[in-house]
Amino acid sequence: MTETVNVDVKLGVNKFHVDEGHPHIILKDNPNMTEYRKLVNACPAGLYKLEEDGSIRFDSAGCLECGTCKFLCGDTILEKWEYPRGTFGIEYRYG
Amino acid sequence: MEEEAFDAIIVGAGLAGCVAAYVLAKEGADVLVIERGNYAGSKNMTGGRLYAHSLEKIIPGFAKEAPVERKVTKEKVTFLTDDTGVTLDYHNGRSQTSTQESYTVLRGDFDQWLMAKAEEVGAQFITGIRVDELITKDGKVVGVNADGDELIAKAVILAEGVNPVLGEKLGMVKPKVNADAMAVGAKELIELPKEVIQDRFNLSDDEGAAWLFAGSPSNGLMGGGFIYTNQTTVSLGIVCGLHDIGSSDKTVPQMLEDFKNHSIIKPLLEGGKLLEYSGHVVPEAGLNMVPKLVDDGVLITGDAAGFCLNIGYTVRGMDLAIASGEAAAKAVLTARANKDFSAQGLSSYQTLLEDSFVMKDLKLYKNLPAFMETPRIFNEYPKMVADIMQSMFTVDGSESQPLRKTLMKHCKEVGYMNLIKDGIKGVTAI
Repeated sequence: MTETVNVDVKLGVNKFHVDEGHPHIILKDNPNMTEYRKLVNACPAGLYKLEEDGSIRFDSAGCLECGTCKFLCGDTILEKWEYPRGTFGIEYRYG
Repeated sequence: MEEEAFDAIIVGAGLAGCVAAYVLAKEGADVLVIERGNYAGSKNMTGGRLYAHSLEKIIPGFAKEAPVERKVTKEKVTFLTDDTGVTLDYHNGRSQTSTQESYTVLRGDFDQWLMAKAEEVGAQFITGIRVDELITKDGKVVGVNADGDELIAKAVILAEGVNPVLGEKLGMVKPKVNADAMAVGAKELIELPKEVIQDRFNLSDDEGAAWLFAGSPSNGLMGGGFIYTNQTTVSLGIVCGLHDIGSSDKTVPQMLEDFKNHSIIKPLLEGGKLLEYSGHVVPEAGLNMVPKLVDDGVLITGDAAGFCLNIGYTVRGMDLAIASGEAAAKAVLTARANKDFSAQGLSSYQTLLEDSFVMKDLKLYKNLPAFMETPRIFNEYPKMVADIMQSMFTVDGSESQPLRKTLMKHCKEVGYMNLIKDGIKGVTAI
């Protein structure tokens, strides 16, 4: 077993154009925690965080736009899921 | 209004979209591709390996000019547990025809090349614009609304990728595709000197390796790991089914990290530098998730149509995307000749797909996704194979057992009935 992964460091090498003030994913208030935990595990960008005190933290800025959370929880705990506006979001230089 | 209409507007400049544009423009059709990213490929990623056959038929000899990375000549499949690996290694030194070859690719460069090819023959591209919705009139798709502009077309080809937002809005794609049918992939692109890659993977110049791993990479869930060698980078990743992800004791990024640090993998990447981290959903349900493919004024192609095959020892999506883009373009050309862009007028799309490898292969492997959900494939069998190997290759002075007995002991741990059952299921699914 290796150390706990730090996804933020990996996302740090990526190129993002963040659309400040226009999050393209919005969570419902007080999301069901069973559903939320699915996203904690599945999101490849590790955006759905669970703090030690049990609180949740989510920021769509490092989103890879894969759609995993939409497939898993699009009808349960996501208030909104859309692609970022044109030119914004992840920009793969290699892909 | 009708005079101004494009013959086709294509949403998305991935492989399906760019190929459709190329085929249409080459025949003189008036075609516009709208891509939300800043350039073709900027939102796209792959494992990845491109089987050449479908693009080779459209642009013969493409690999000589396209930015492909390496020609795959080495195939490896490894059963992995946390601390062992049993590998099947196939080196193909035979000469192959251009349609039999396959290449490792990176989509940033590759898609831009393909877009340029389509532009050369007259296709128009707009990048950095998101198509917000489709415009329908009397139930027929007649154009798109993109960033406030209305653009009119006789047909719209949806090549919007695995997450078909527009297809769902139309009701052609089931709004909630069962998450069981999907897997998520995460990949690191790691830079290493060219000679180091060739030494570590035993490759000569321009030769590449495709290496798949079953077992511990996906933490016992459906899925696996992969390595593809590029010119000066290695693509390393995992794919994991979403079916049971809620009960996993590891996150997807952690799975990738642990895979990367496995004692088989780690030495191969020593000294490498992370260039990019990417993620993607893989539509793995095969035929079971293919949506309504054609309707009045609209067709769905590529990942958006669920055109993907996971056969365990290889995963295919790009060659299907290319073939479906071509089929959609041909159907639009037929509709254009007959001046009928209704579902009926575009129906040759369906027929072309049925007659091609796309639907034939999807049908052939239609029972495979269900079989792949057998957890034993990702848990017990890798361990069983490793245990057999360990018994065979460990000599410690204790009394040796006949090989037959050793084999039977390890098979018994999984259960003979399970082996027979999975064997039959597996063989009939493939």
